[in-house]
Amino acid sequence: MSHTPLFSAPHAHQATSIRRTMWLVILALLPATVYGLYLFGWPALNLFVVTVASALLAEAFSLRLAGKAVKPFLFDGSALLTGWLLALTLPPWAPWWIGVVGALLAIVIGKQVFGGIGQNLFNPAMVARVALLISFPLEMTTFLTPLPMFSANAPSFVEGLAISFSQGINLDAVSSASLLGHVKTELGQGHLLPDVLTSVYDLKTLLSGNTPGSLGETSALLILVGGLLLLFLRIISWHIPLAMLGTLAMMATFFHWLDPAHYPDAVYHLFSGAAMLGAFFIATDLVTSPVTARGQLLFGAGCGLLVYIIRTWAAYPEGVAFAVLLMNATTPLIDHYLKPRIYGRRRDGSPLQHRNRLSEGGGT
Amino acid sequence: MKLFRIRGGVHPQEHKQLSAHKAIEVMPMPELLRIPLQQHIGSPAVPVVRKGDSVLKGQLLAHAQGMISAPVHAPTSGRIIAIGKHIAPHPSGLPVRTITLKADGNDRWIDLPGPVDPFTLDANEISERVAAAGIVGMGGASFPSAVKLNLGKRFSLHTLVINGAECEPYLTCDDRLMREHATEILDGVRIMMRALGVAHCLFAIESNKAQAHEAISKAAGNHNGIRTVKVPVRYPMGSEKHLVQTLTGEETPARALTADIGVVVHNVATAFAVHEAVRFHLPLISRVVTVSGGAIKHPRNLRVAVGTPVRELLAHCGGFREEPARLLSGGPMMGQPIINTGIPVVKGSNAVLALTAAETATHPAMPCIRCGSCVKACPCGLVPVEISARTRHGDLQGAADLGLMDCISCGSCAYVCPSHLPLVQYFNYAKGELTARQRAEHKQKETKRLAEQRAERIAREKKAKREAMMRRRQAARKRTKSEKAGANV
Ligand code: SF4
Ligand code: SF4
Repeated sequence: MSHTPLFSAPHAHQATSIRRTMWLVILALLPATVYGLYLFGWPALNLFVVTVASALLAEAFSLRLAGKAVKPFLFDGSALLTGWLLALTLPPWAPWWIGVVGALLAIVIGKQVFGGIGQNLFNPAMVARVALLISFPLEMTTFLTPLPMFSANAPSFVEGLAISFSQGINLDAVSSASLLGHVKTELGQGHLLPDVLTSVYDLKTLLSGNTPGSLGETSALLILVGGLLLLFLRIISWHIPLAMLGTLAMMATFFHWLDPAHYPDAVYHLFSGAAMLGAFFIATDLVTSPVTARGQLLFGAGCGLLVYIIRTWAAYPEGVAFAVLLMNATTPLIDHYLKPRIYGRRRDGSPLQHRNRLSEGGGT
Repeated sequence: MKLFRIRGGVHPQEHKQLSAHKAIEVMPMPELLRIPLQQHIGSPAVPVVRKGDSVLKGQLLAHAQGMISAPVHAPTSGRIIAIGKHIAPHPSGLPVRTITLKADGNDRWIDLPGPVDPFTLDANEISERVAAAGIVGMGGASFPSAVKLNLGKRFSLHTLVINGAECEPYLTCDDRLMREHATEILDGVRIMMRALGVAHCLFAIESNKAQAHEAISKAAGNHNGIRTVKVPVRYPMGSEKHLVQTLTGEETPARALTADIGVVVHNVATAFAVHEAVRFHLPLISRVVTVSGGAIKHPRNLRVAVGTPVRELLAHCGGFREEPARLLSGGPMMGQPIINTGIPVVKGSNAVLALTAAETATHPAMPCIRCGSCVKACPCGLVPVEISARTRHGDLQGAADLGLMDCISCGSCAYVCPSHLPLVQYFNYAKGELTARQRAEHKQKETKRLAEQRAERIAREKKAKREAMMRRRQAARKRTKSEKAGANV
């Protein structure tokens, strides 16, 4: 009975592939990316190109080394997406080598060491981001007020090259803390929230993204648009984003209600930092999140909770990367314990009760 | 009527418009018919004719054997020219014992008894007639129908469900049958209700077949007890257990029959065959087959004699428009590839499809990206991604623990997988392997038990022999003693 037919059913297939999935995610990221590049000008574009190119090179190199076919894997879009996401989470004027080191960390350590696409336990872009943050805290926390391309004070193309590729440019003149960082510092110095916020916090700015922050994280609105597109195309399901943002909002609302002078409200948390990008594009990474709906709800809620805890009580102003990595580690466990109920069985796996038998007889 | 949601499922492109408007056409009788003795689940039929015999149309060629089996009859008049192995559309792909009949062109019937009124017959008489006509489930499963009509003896039943879902893409044979033979089908339905002793029937038709629905509703008229129900278009709506759940909200327990929740499901084509068999004594010797797909020149619905080679169907439909990427027996979701067009149409064949490369949309497999699409698509609540990982690592027991044996091989998971993994192939392989292992284990245990029994028996016999010997010796000793004593006296 070892006969295997030439082809096995099904003989039709949905119009889907890894490549299509990855490219649609990239498409969804496009609005926020273009806007981020516009906001932060030439140096940001340089960093972006360097990061993405390094990711692709690192992927090709690793594939060659592992003796795998380079073409199908390189063009599946996954390395491109990893590099892209990483670039979006970097400070926009970071030097070129941050992008290169980050891409290498993401692709080689974050992905290929585990065996390539589908095998990694942790989100590669977040592995790189956290490693960079710990190794190069200065470069990774130097943010600046947006200087939109072609605006009066924006660096020209040549100046941009200088910022990205040579040292010696003093960023102190333009640098400015991100909102999360600023609030954290001020609160740490004993200032009260209402005083701290009036100067910097304004919902319209947060929505528009015209605020200091990572390259592609600042416009919560455009990210939301992209995220909704992914939901609409069924590339991701609503479970992780809703659970993550919902938990974050609930935590924020609760503590804000307890003590408005020290704990910012939900809107502040949802629309600042990497919360939106994290909820729609990072935590939902297919490979590293649970496969079942209930698992995804738990995973999302865990991410939201950890983001709030880290932002509020830990040493770092932003916690999305840490939160996602921590929850990634629980994915195998979640997948093991939270399985759907099998048809015709109870949750514990025993069959449902027979009811209409006249006499005991064999089932089939 | 309130319907209930089932989990998972997919919406494959329907492609039914290729043949849905084509009325059923009787295909000319071929010269040579290959009639497999096993066209059903269960034991193969046993031939009652010999090479060289002349037979008439409808004459019994082979009788059923055992509890679960079905007889086969001559689809036309002619001469038996061979009885031997021949390729057949069997899931194993192996040749099956087959009777080859050379048609004489007269298509002469045997004498049939006059029609009877089925409603004067009792349940046993009805199922006997259904069994004698060789009727099997015509939706593809090919389970002997009479066995299913007898379920009333073991279960307390309340509803007959007629499966007119026809959820596989391309297939239109049931649709056409419902449109063109609604009255006959409904007669068959009432006969089956009588046999099962149920007062209710739900006649389920997917909502994409408005005309069939209308025809059946009209034919059902105001016969209370029969209700036509439009069910949502979603694959695998035609899966028995899922159809019953959609209609009644009740879930059949694992490893049990729908009869366990009081329901029996039959296919529309089966109902038609029951009508012909019980009312007119006609055996099941032909069926409607959809010939379709983008590579077929003239897609059609044909009434074909059982045993007609697929090659003839293709030729009758004008051959290929282009070289097909896949040639299939059955629908694209669960059908079997046809490797040789010499294989015959059998009682369970509902379609012959020739699909183009664009239609099959297959790509080389990539690694699993754990996207969870398969989990969402599975109508059985399984986690195909985990089961396939275990099968690929050879951990069959692990796969079984995750519910491998509850998989109905519907293909929904593989259909949506962005990595194009042949999930169903893994599962079918693993299921076969597990069953074989269990069988081997059982055999091993059996052998061990027999060996132990034998050893025990031998030991027992030895012991008995020894004891007998001892007794004899003792007796002899006693005898000599007493003889001596006697001598001394
Ligand atoms: S659909 Fe395919 S790629 Fe996605 S989890 Fe299932 S097996 Fe893996
Ligand atoms: S083939 Fe099996 S595992 Fe896949 S969707 Fe169907 S029942 Fe689920």
